[in-house]
Amino acid sequence: MKEWTSGLRDPGRVRGLAAEMAALDPGRPIRLMHVCGTHEHALCAAGIRDLLPEWLTLVAGPGCPVCVCPASEIDLAVRIAALPGVTLATFGDLVRVPARISLAQARTRGADVRVVYGVADAVALARSLPDRTVVFFAVGFETTACTTAAALRASPPDNFQVLSSHRLVPPALQALLDLPGETPDGFLLPGHVLTVTGTKAYEDLLSRRPIPMAVAGFEPLDILQAIRAILEQVRRGRAEVVNAYPRAVREQGNRAAREAIAEVFEAADAPWRGIGTIPGSGLRLRPAFRHRDAGEVFGLAPDPAVQDAPTGCRCGEVLLGRQEPEECPFFGNPCVPDDPMGPCMVAQEGTCAARYRHRRA
Amino acid sequence: MEREPIALGHGGGGRMTSDLIREVFLPALANPRLEALGDAARLDPVPGRLAMTTDAFVVSPQDFPGGDIGALAIFGTVNDLAVSGARPVAISAAFILEEGLARDDLERWVASMALAARRCSVEVVTGDTKVVPRGQGDRAYVVTTGLGAVQAGAPPGPEAIREGDEVLVSGPVGDHGAVIAALRNALDPGTLRSDCGPVWDLVEALLAAGATPRFLRDPTRGGLGTVLGEMAEASGLSVEVRDDALPVRPEVAGLCDLLGLDPIFLACEGRVVAVMPSEQAEEALRAWRRLPSGQEATRIGRVVQRAPAPIVRVTPYGGRRLCDVPAAEPLPRIC
Repeated sequence: MKEWTSGLRDPGRVRGLAAEMAALDPGRPIRLMHVCGTHEHALCAAGIRDLLPEWLTLVAGPGCPVCVCPASEIDLAVRIAALPGVTLATFGDLVRVPARISLAQARTRGADVRVVYGVADAVALARSLPDRTVVFFAVGFETTACTTAAALRASPPDNFQVLSSHRLVPPALQALLDLPGETPDGFLLPGHVLTVTGTKAYEDLLSRRPIPMAVAGFEPLDILQAIRAILEQVRRGRAEVVNAYPRAVREQGNRAAREAIAEVFEAADAPWRGIGTIPGSGLRLRPAFRHRDAGEVFGLAPDPAVQDAPTGCRCGEVLLGRQEPEECPFFGNPCVPDDPMGPCMVAQEGTCAARYRHRRA
Repeated sequence: MEREPIALGHGGGGRMTSDLIREVFLPALANPRLEALGDAARLDPVPGRLAMTTDAFVVSPQDFPGGDIGALAIFGTVNDLAVSGARPVAISAAFILEEGLARDDLERWVASMALAARRCSVEVVTGDTKVVPRGQGDRAYVVTTGLGAVQAGAPPGPEAIREGDEVLVSGPVGDHGAVIAALRNALDPGTLRSDCGPVWDLVEALLAAGATPRFLRDPTRGGLGTVLGEMAEASGLSVEVRDDALPVRPEVAGLCDLLGLDPIFLACEGRVVAVMPSEQAEEALRAWRRLPSGQEATRIGRVVQRAPAPIVRVTPYGGRRLCDVPAAEPLPRIC
């Protein structure tokens, strides 16, 4: 593994490719957007933005699944966790995100909230706690949704349920393009998600609005190659989906994973933090799996009155790529990863956390 | 025939406890001070100042490639003495065992302790055993306390650190943390082994060469990064680290990529970080590289003016990034 990653991190090749960008100057400012927390982390850790020409800006969009999960759905998880006989299992980052109260605060007040690394751990937990109902609070894009779907198809124990806050990436990109105001000049597509979905779903976006796109991997050279692929489209006036991550992404994606999602879930309108409700962007359990849907079983639904962020926190604008984290008056003081105010500073994949952890000297 | 596992009675102070001491601890750790079986060990005087340290070992799993909880309990405490400039003199060991622990496991860990103590030329002179009911512990916890004799030239501490000092590390970082992370995540550690081992020879070599380290530390929990952060905070300065100079084994780097860990925050159990006056750095490296445990010693950075964070990392691409020490360790119970 080290051998091929070291080639993709080779400082000479990385600097060389970054320098080649200068020749692609279209003579106007270019603003590209990625929608992946892992991209933001990779960009910040390697300091890639420092290598890009001045006319090129690379902003982060809504790419962190924990960050885009609205407070109203975390609040629903808190209320379900508080029910007698319920154990709520979810990812560590999500436990710390503030809503009316966070899941961590709910745990302090007596709720049984467990941190798991994935759905398989939650199913194992259900097996080990046969007298309790184990609810897996599921967040994540297509990459995680397929694992939840696979677990539900594999006949988990009867006391296992799911609270789905899964989201789909293509409808979010469509919504970003439909928002009033300035739209990005191109999208850097999230390589991990595309391994599942394939490139086809993104080509459909082009029929509604032409915008240059390129699939990006996660090593410095991967990201720069994808940026170059977009800039070349801009220069030639083209709009297509270029696969700059062919060692992992196929046109058709992962068929088994897509089929699992389609069998277990159906698309539904869903709210995103900072953006609002996006048609067809959420995943709801199909009728055949309703008995696994914790919201249905307990007759509880999200309370739309629950606020998304404390007054003044700019997470919403940051998620839209309209403000840089550094422009938020709370960035670094008092909002830091150890004492976060909003989800973008809580989650490992959050834009604010990545920027803070690797801030420029 | 399978022998009876550890029972609550083995920690009760009665005949079962005496039998356990006679059958397990005395044969492995044999020395006249322990064999006296007094309530306290009586030691001969040592010249100069004494250093004392204590450490609790709760590592999970207890056995790992390159070591086990027994070896770790000796090396961990001896190394804390060593980086204080103290030669180890005596060790005490307290065992908290879980009811049902297999005799073979206990005997293997005690044998490993004995071997480690011999490598450090130190004796376990007193000890204690308690047994907790099944389910109230994780097989075994070990607490060791060490007494050492402070040697001439012992490092003064982080307040002596000056701008321009060089930062050295005695070998690759993160081996121990990576092994434990692999085992916890059900990954095959392959050729990777914990660096669990003694560092007194590394410290002694510096002192024997007449070098005057400003500050020494063994980067255990929290790894190299946490040590750099602590010394920066204590000295009011920052440490600039060149990422491409950090010694990280390819296996460790690969595992960190898989698990999303940063090797500079992974524990070592047999390395030393030294802050040296710049004019002594080369000589210190030569002294280390003459030792088997210091072959891969290297310079990783230097002490600079206070920056807005304790650590400044120079990326291989030329950028400079601020780096904070995380509030909590990425992996609990690693030692």
